[in-house]
Amino acid sequence: MRKGCGSGVSLYRHFMNYAAMSLAAFSAVVVLAPLFAILIYLVIKGAGAINWAFLTQIPKPVGETGGGMANAIWGSGEILAIASLIGVPLGIAGGIHLAEYGRHCFADAIRFMADVLNGIPSIVIGMAIYGLVVVTQRHFSALAGGIALGVMMIPTVLRATEEMLLMVPQSVREAALGLGISQWRTAIFVTLRTATSGVITGIMLAFARVAGETAPLLFTAFGNQFWNFKINQPTAALPLQIYTYAISPYDEWHRQAWAGAMVLIVLIIGTMSAVRFVAGRGMSKGVA
Amino acid sequence: MLVGALSLVGALGLIIFELIYNCRLSLAKFGWRFFITNSWDPVAGEFGAWAFVYGTLLSSLIALVIAVPLGIAVAVFINELCPRSLRKPLSFAIELLAAIPSVIFGLWAIFVLAPVLRSYLEPFLANYFGWTGLFSGPAYGIGVLAAGMILAIMVVPIICSISREVMLTVPQQQREGVLALGATQWEMIRIGVLRNARAGILGAIILGLGRALGETMAVTMVIGNSPDVVKSLFSPGYTMASVIANELNEAMTSLHRSALIEIGLALFIVTLAVNAFARLLVSAAKRRMPARAHA
Amino acid sequence: MGVNIDVCDLRAWFGSAEVLHGVSMHVRSNAVTAIIGPSGCGKSTFIRCLNRMHETVPTARVRGSVNIGGFNAYNGTPAVDVRRRVGMVFQKPNPFPTMSIYDNVAAGLKLNGFRSRRDLDEVVERSLRMAALWDEVKEVLKNKSGASLSGGQQQRLCIARALAVQPEVLLMDEPASALDPISTAKIEDLIYQLKERFTVVIVTHNMQQAARVADSTAFFLMGDLIEYDKTEKIFTAPADKRTEDYITGRFG
Repeated sequence: MRKGCGSGVSLYRHFMNYAAMSLAAFSAVVVLAPLFAILIYLVIKGAGAINWAFLTQIPKPVGETGGGMANAIWGSGEILAIASLIGVPLGIAGGIHLAEYGRHCFADAIRFMADVLNGIPSIVIGMAIYGLVVVTQRHFSALAGGIALGVMMIPTVLRATEEMLLMVPQSVREAALGLGISQWRTAIFVTLRTATSGVITGIMLAFARVAGETAPLLFTAFGNQFWNFKINQPTAALPLQIYTYAISPYDEWHRQAWAGAMVLIVLIIGTMSAVRFVAGRGMSKGVA
Repeated sequence: MLVGALSLVGALGLIIFELIYNCRLSLAKFGWRFFITNSWDPVAGEFGAWAFVYGTLLSSLIALVIAVPLGIAVAVFINELCPRSLRKPLSFAIELLAAIPSVIFGLWAIFVLAPVLRSYLEPFLANYFGWTGLFSGPAYGIGVLAAGMILAIMVVPIICSISREVMLTVPQQQREGVLALGATQWEMIRIGVLRNARAGILGAIILGLGRALGETMAVTMVIGNSPDVVKSLFSPGYTMASVIANELNEAMTSLHRSALIEIGLALFIVTLAVNAFARLLVSAAKRRMPARAHA
Repeated sequence: MGVNIDVCDLRAWFGSAEVLHGVSMHVRSNAVTAIIGPSGCGKSTFIRCLNRMHETVPTARVRGSVNIGGFNAYNGTPAVDVRRRVGMVFQKPNPFPTMSIYDNVAAGLKLNGFRSRRDLDEVVERSLRMAALWDEVKEVLKNKSGASLSGGQQQRLCIARALAVQPEVLLMDEPASALDPISTAKIEDLIYQLKERFTVVIVTHNMQQAARVADSTAFFLMGDLIEYDKTEKIFTAPADKRTEDYITGRFG
């Protein structure tokens, strides 16, 4: 007696199977379409507008064609440099602390706070730095922008450093300690050395993330139509400039916004590909 | 070394202190009803943030409605269905999507997405679904719908990659157990993978929500920036993050500034709660706590 | 009722490594056949070819024929159909942790379109009785999750789950190796009763177990079927020297 359980798979189940698989494949196409659309538009509209002038000149007054985003590119460089000076050392130091000294109960609290800091919307961070730095100094500055972005870099660098250091086998540390090297020297010159490529990956990822951030700069660096080499003055930045131009009513500025966007995306994709490359190489020679 | 770690604590502490300290003006004057009153008049000194709360919630909701099924479907596709050779390229593509800065999404949304919405999608929706009341009014292209859609594109990578991580922790024996009963591949995925990973997938969705709530640039560029509370998705709107972005620099009075900072504080608290809850779900799922819950 | 299985020149590969070299054997219905052999000899691969689970591994390949009760398991038959008719119990118990005991047993039935509450209840009870688990769980069928049972109970739950879809053959891949001696004994009693209704093929690395439960035993070594005969004969008067060496513990 074989009650009920058919001897084959019903048509309905076959259909559901194919339907589900097709839907999944279709979803992949739907999700990737905007990616390609954006990249293609960037190339089409951006490449047309990029020329030597764009990369070397500052914006022309409204209504005139030509000019470029040289000051914004330079300004972004300034701000990102300041951010890295803040974010990288503090992040690495924190990561070393958590990995090498972090057995106490504070360690978990610190990790949690890193996650919290990571999750704060970037505009809120911008707002806070505005209140802390800009209002106190009574002017916008590249410094404030750098601080805001630096603060955003700390959690990423910290977590990456900690993870990489934890992957270094204990035997490496013991070898150094056995030679009479102090704990902190071991941490920096031995353990960290071994995990270098991984830590660099983390730094580059943090860098790529903040390079494109606009919101925090709205109230810190503020932007500037002219050259500015002092860190204590409002400074132009690439994402800011793109934003300002994009929402403006001028076609010429729209064109330049696309160009700026293309420069930005090339920078970011370049960093990400470099990350993949470094990470790949690090595997073979780094951590045992 | 301790300095580094403590700097984190210090930074966080400073930020929180700064936010709370500076919104005391507005907090004192308007109290908690601030968030449910709909009146935003900087000139008259009247501030009620309901329109922005509504806009934030609505755009995030639209984003999730679109991004959740897509994100999970793509995660399933990459992990279980696609040919092995495609896996790395597809993952890289999703990573790329996640790395594109918000302002570039906004740029594209203004000049590509919004016109498409205005010319094709919105008339289509008004024609066939106008009866729901959600798709009425002039089709500007710019508006809550556009903001929701660009948010969806930005949130899909998060949902996808975290769902993938969780799905990978489901032991192979669970998949084989279902297959051995005579299940089709989709049935195996449904019962053996998705069902077991559902807590973690929920966490992924909530993390996506957290991102959507705080997203600023892309939304500001296409939402229309008009504090209306209207049912139609075609109408312009305003989010909490957008009003801060637009008005903080121009705020003349300290009351105005304080009100904006209060909105920022609320954003901070909400995203904090959402992210913390989501991370709890995801890490519990990844440690494969046996689901004792349910009947 | 159980059916015969005819395996003819079965070969299997993982990538370019051939792990089964042309195995042919006839498995009798309503009997327990044990597959023994040292680690890596291909016994798990062999039974996984019988229900087409081997091919779920990427780069896996199969050649040869497997005939189950008259139908060809490979040529033209969808794998899903084969797996419905040939049940499998795995080495490590794998109940579905998000489902209750009842839902675990009913999982296969629901997939196959069984919807009626009364039918489901009846089959779930029957399967749990057959797996000697009914008395222990009948009070908590829908309240407890499949994963909350003890190891031995979980394995019997998996057996009940496999039996519920009324397969013709039951394959067991070292079903008791992850269990304590008492649970093992219960499972062995179970196997002895199951052969009345099913054809049972059991892989085991425990020779005493094979001697206790199996009617026939096959000895595999490095992908070849070395000897296949009544259990009594294999263990008391093996024909091949390699079999004898394995049984007396000289290797493996």
